[in-house]
Amino acid sequence: MRITCPLCGDRDSREFSIRGHETYLDRPAPDAGEAAWDDYLHLRDNPAGETAELWYHGAGCAAWLRVRRNTVTHEVLKVDLVRDVTGGDHAD
Amino acid sequence: MRYSGLQVLAQGLMGNRGWKPVWRDPEPKPAYDIVIIGGGGHGLATAFYLAKEHGLGNIAVLEKGYLGGGNVGRNTTIVRANYNLPGNSEFYSHSLKLWEGLEADLNYNVMHSQRGVINLFHSDGQRDAYARRGNAMINQGDDAILLDREGCRRMLPYLDYDQTRFPIYGGLYHPRGGTARHDAVAWGYARAADRRGVDLIQQCEVTGIDIAGGKVTGVQTTRGAIRAAKVAIVVAGRSGQVAAMAGLRLPVESHILQAFVTEGLKPCIDHVVTYGMGHFYISQSDKGGLVFGGDLDFYASYAARGNLPMAEHVMEAGLTLMPMIGKARVLRSWGGIMDMTPDGSPIIDKTHVDGLYIDCGWCYGGFKAVPGSGFSFAHLIATDRHHEPAARFRLDRFRRGVLLDEEGTGSQHNLH
Ligand SMILES: Cc1cc2nc3c(=O)[nH]c(=O)nc-3n(C[C@H](O)[C@H](O)[C@H](O)COP(=O)(O)OP(=O)(O)OC[C@H]3O[C@@H](n4cnc5c(N)ncnc54)[C@H](O)[C@@H]3O)c2cc1C
Ligand SMILES: [Zn+2]
Repeated sequence: MRITCPLCGDRDSREFSIRGHETYLDRPAPDAGEAAWDDYLHLRDNPAGETAELWYHGAGCAAWLRVRRNTVTHEVLKVDLVRDVTGGDHAD
Repeated sequence: MRYSGLQVLAQGLMGNRGWKPVWRDPEPKPAYDIVIIGGGGHGLATAFYLAKEHGLGNIAVLEKGYLGGGNVGRNTTIVRANYNLPGNSEFYSHSLKLWEGLEADLNYNVMHSQRGVINLFHSDGQRDAYARRGNAMINQGDDAILLDREGCRRMLPYLDYDQTRFPIYGGLYHPRGGTARHDAVAWGYARAADRRGVDLIQQCEVTGIDIAGGKVTGVQTTRGAIRAAKVAIVVAGRSGQVAAMAGLRLPVESHILQAFVTEGLKPCIDHVVTYGMGHFYISQSDKGGLVFGGDLDFYASYAARGNLPMAEHVMEAGLTLMPMIGKARVLRSWGGIMDMTPDGSPIIDKTHVDGLYIDCGWCYGGFKAVPGSGFSFAHLIATDRHHEPAARFRLDRFRRGVLLDEEGTGSQHNLH
């Protein structure tokens, strides 16, 4: 699997580490309650097909990326900087 | 047909022409008391114990592919009871006891081999952690022996004891741990369930779960609708999709785990050995192949095959630990889809729908759990009460914050 970083170009997936589903961008408020935190930390749609995840380009530019990927074919569909997705306001 | 030594002899003399198909291939009936979705190890064991322990008869197991084609036939076959946490300890202890009587129970040779599992440690801190784990195992009534370096050397002379980066300090030896023939476990449970009247229906994919007034009424399948008073979901890596048919969102993410096997070699690795400083564990199958594996690829996947970086990492870790395997040629590698929970422990519970039960989240440790999970899940389905050794495997423990995090790595699906 290769990932095209918007800043560094096409790279071996070993340069990146994965954090998990992009759910992690929607961190609830500390007092949002059990259900919101359960959703954020534990519950997953777990799609067989297209998904969106957070990857970190540790061995490259050190940017956080949002990677759209297919979990059945391992095809990488689209990669954005998390900064651009959230307007710079990355909560995690 | 009951299997016995006499049968083998008699059939041998008659040219082996008398063997019968091992289970029936029935058409699905319009209705059952209990429908089990998923013909893997856990689904088949659940059906068997429902029939054997609870005397229930009108049961179907629906399998979308063929029996044993999922993870039960893809794993590296380690069977052990070396857990630490209350909640896990008693469950795996119970499961290992069922393994020890399984072949007689099923009248089937599952090639259960208690060759011993040795977990190596490589620092003082790791030794302390394993000493503690060993004590927990002994408290649970199971067996554990802390080996020092010389003790390891006597049992595992082929390890690289001279490596300076991760020196071998010793190992935690679990003599009753070992391996079993994975396919035989699926086949043995399938045959035993069939003999007790369970309908095993293959090529039958469940596509919907029917619910009326908060109560389950049946399932939709590629072979038509089937009514059922109780429905049990036991579909491992596909848990997310099947649970979604009932509007249920699970604390599960599906990940890929790879495994590898070499060409057949003369016996050289007598135990199951795990490396404490890299993702690597190994045993030798009865055919002689070295069977080994490592960690998840870490990203969510339904591909049933992994990528090369983890393959390379596993080989590197193996060669660091036991350079002698470097000359063996790898014949095959494959992957299985693992139902990973955020704390690494499983779920055996009821759901918000009356009559709908779920057994999932076995991560990469569900083979050893096949007998225990089948037994405890059958108990829950038959009696509507949790079986004591599995009473902590609750669906809502994540929301309540009572995780069963055996490795202490935190609440993330790919860290266990
Ligand atoms: C490489 C690898 C190594 C492993 N090593 C070990 C080990 O050493 N020790 C250990 O204890 N565990 C190990 N495991 C884990 C263990 O194999 C699994 O936890 C366990 O097999 C899962 O339960 P199962 O057998 O019921 O799953 P499966 O065999 O996957 O059964 C689930 C079944 O459900 C069926 N299904 C799915 N969706 C539907 C549907 N909609 N309708 C009908 N049927 C459906 C599937 O086709 C499948 O047959 C390993 C796993 C892998 C992949
Ligand atoms: Zn980059």
